[in-house]
Amino acid sequence: MITAERKPFEEILELLEGKEKVLVAGCETCVAVCLTGGEKEAEILAAELSIKAKEDGRTLDVDHISAIRQCEWEYLDAIAEKVEQYPVVISMACGIGIQSMAERFPEKLVLPAVNTNMLGMPQEHAVWIERCGACGDCVLGVTGGICPIVRCSKSLLNGPCGGSHDGLCEVTGPNKEEIPCAWQLIHDKLIAQGRQDLLMKVTPPKDWSKSNSGGPRTMVKEEAKPV
Amino acid sequence: MSDNGLKAGSNLERMFAAGHFVVTGECGPPKSADYDIVAEKAKALASCTDAVNITDNQTAVVRIASMAAGYIAAQNGAEPIMQMTCRDRNRLAMQADILGANALGVYNILCLTGDHISFGNHPTAKGVHDIDSVNLIRMYKDMRDAKIFQCGEEMPVAPKLYIGCAENPFGDPFEFRTLRLKKKIEAGADFVQTQCIFNVPKFKKWMEMVRAEGLHQEIKIMAGITPIKGAGMARYMQKFVPGIDVPQEIVERIAAKEKGAPQQEEGKKLGAEMIKDLAEVEGVHGVHIMAVEWEPAVPEIAEMAGLLPRPKLS
Amino acid sequence: MADETTTAAAPEAVESPESANEEPQKPIDPDFEPEIIVFGCHYCAYAAADLAGSMRLQYPTNIRMIKLPCTGKLEIIHLLKALEAGADGVYAAGCLEGECHYLKGNLWARKRVEYTKKLLEEMGMEPERVEMFNMSSADGPLFAQRANEFTERIKRLGPSPVKQAKKAPAAKEGTPA
Repeated sequence: MITAERKPFEEILELLEGKEKVLVAGCETCVAVCLTGGEKEAEILAAELSIKAKEDGRTLDVDHISAIRQCEWEYLDAIAEKVEQYPVVISMACGIGIQSMAERFPEKLVLPAVNTNMLGMPQEHAVWIERCGACGDCVLGVTGGICPIVRCSKSLLNGPCGGSHDGLCEVTGPNKEEIPCAWQLIHDKLIAQGRQDLLMKVTPPKDWSKSNSGGPRTMVKEEAKPV
Repeated sequence: MSDNGLKAGSNLERMFAAGHFVVTGECGPPKSADYDIVAEKAKALASCTDAVNITDNQTAVVRIASMAAGYIAAQNGAEPIMQMTCRDRNRLAMQADILGANALGVYNILCLTGDHISFGNHPTAKGVHDIDSVNLIRMYKDMRDAKIFQCGEEMPVAPKLYIGCAENPFGDPFEFRTLRLKKKIEAGADFVQTQCIFNVPKFKKWMEMVRAEGLHQEIKIMAGITPIKGAGMARYMQKFVPGIDVPQEIVERIAAKEKGAPQQEEGKKLGAEMIKDLAEVEGVHGVHIMAVEWEPAVPEIAEMAGLLPRPKLS
Repeated sequence: MADETTTAAAPEAVESPESANEEPQKPIDPDFEPEIIVFGCHYCAYAAADLAGSMRLQYPTNIRMIKLPCTGKLEIIHLLKALEAGADGVYAAGCLEGECHYLKGNLWARKRVEYTKKLLEEMGMEPERVEMFNMSSADGPLFAQRANEFTERIKRLGPSPVKQAKKAPAAKEGTPA
């Protein structure tokens, strides 16, 4: 799933400086599941903004709403009536939802309330770990199902580097967390699967043109397009 | 290939070809546009080594480019081994830089993954990692031997390259370290410099595995040595530098001496002893002395280890 | 936080939760009567309040209690909504840790209160305006004591900045608040 983290309140206030009528728009899909931008969190942000405005003696008309999915036209239509009443929308959806909102309501000022950060997996309740880089050229078939593109700090296709020690990466995560060495995991998994021959194969340089180095990507399913 | 069967004809390659026990040093370029610092370091190392590594934004800190510093080293009598990391350049820049370096007379290249960008002085920069070190070796080999760019396009004048790689015998998974070296040899590496060795028994065990695979006959192996300047440094490396294995008895041996000059003397003595010990290991073809910000110690250590004077090739 | 040992600032407030080395506060306005919302658990705080009543223990009339089946029902938004509406302080009173009728509801409540304190900080409001207390249904005196302490704390903090701002424009226009 797509995960996101709420921007610092101060940054949100800066984005909304001088705005008097604001709608906080949550999304009930990925950002709700990662407890960042669902209806609950949208309501909390709206309350925070309201309290802050009252403290500052400012007038602020703030309310919240949530779309089932902010990244789909139909679900944006479903909240259109409410959105139409506000000149400014601060969206708690992922970057896709925020842009969909901006495109669907071109006359509105649509601002982000979250930082979309990764394609992560809920490892346990309230913990998400990056699992996919959406690189457009999946190598999981030869790496024991462990992604070296995002799980190796250096995206090595032929690892591990010399910094692998006791199963850990030389890099410490942004929150000071220990990072397992992806290539130690790949190594162990391939051996456990009896596929160690794959460890001796050199995976050639990656075709990054299938990632966004090739420019923004579009996917079309001709067979499914409306007739 | 060059006429004489050599790939690049550099002093480093010719020293190996002549069967000498080879000595390389290391020069870290400064964090400023200071020609003289590079020149001084190069001069200090020129007489006691056969070639000098020029680090590439070492520990992810911006410094004089390894190509330029390598050129300066060459002007000052030291044959450069230009280091190239995958962290700061994509494949275009890597190929462009090697063509440029080669045109300027830099023939030895060391292909590295590079320390992670988060360790350096620009931790918010984007780490490139377009290709990894194994593919970097392959790309340079193809440029040299097949006269082709990574994309497959041909070039009229191929670079003359003597291609090196690094390996860490103390990294994990231990038994895979020899196999990864094998992959690098297959990709095209001509020589390997190891991570600095403090745990000699473990290194010897690694060399046993290297010999079991016959790799010592396919690649020139240089054992990495870092002289210890004091007990503080030893403890720091032991605790905080990942991939470096400093046994407790080494820390204790240095710490037993008084701080300052006596510890430094002991560090040099230890370095020289280790070199003598490692030189006896079958399959070790040379030593790479990395005296981090302590280049003046290298001539003394080389002297103590009986490596001087360096043979002159005609 | 809730159970920190304290030194008295005034002889009658023996267990004031404010620490003695706190910065000197603005003088207490004797006319300020804080509005305090308590989210009380049905199984402990609510029963303890009853007991306090039958024991004829004195506790301030400033508190208004909302009964919850368990403090685990408490959401962050409830705390914020109370403050938004002008409450000067809000606290949750749940069972002793380890004795929740629903096993962990009071522990969840504590986490939510702690998180709300952080939100208050980013909004520039004193985090001490929200709190979590634990007690058992037999703790009539403790219920009264917590109510006293918290009311003292809020009196010392003064009226909520939300409330102050609410009054300010009204005063400017010369109309009664």
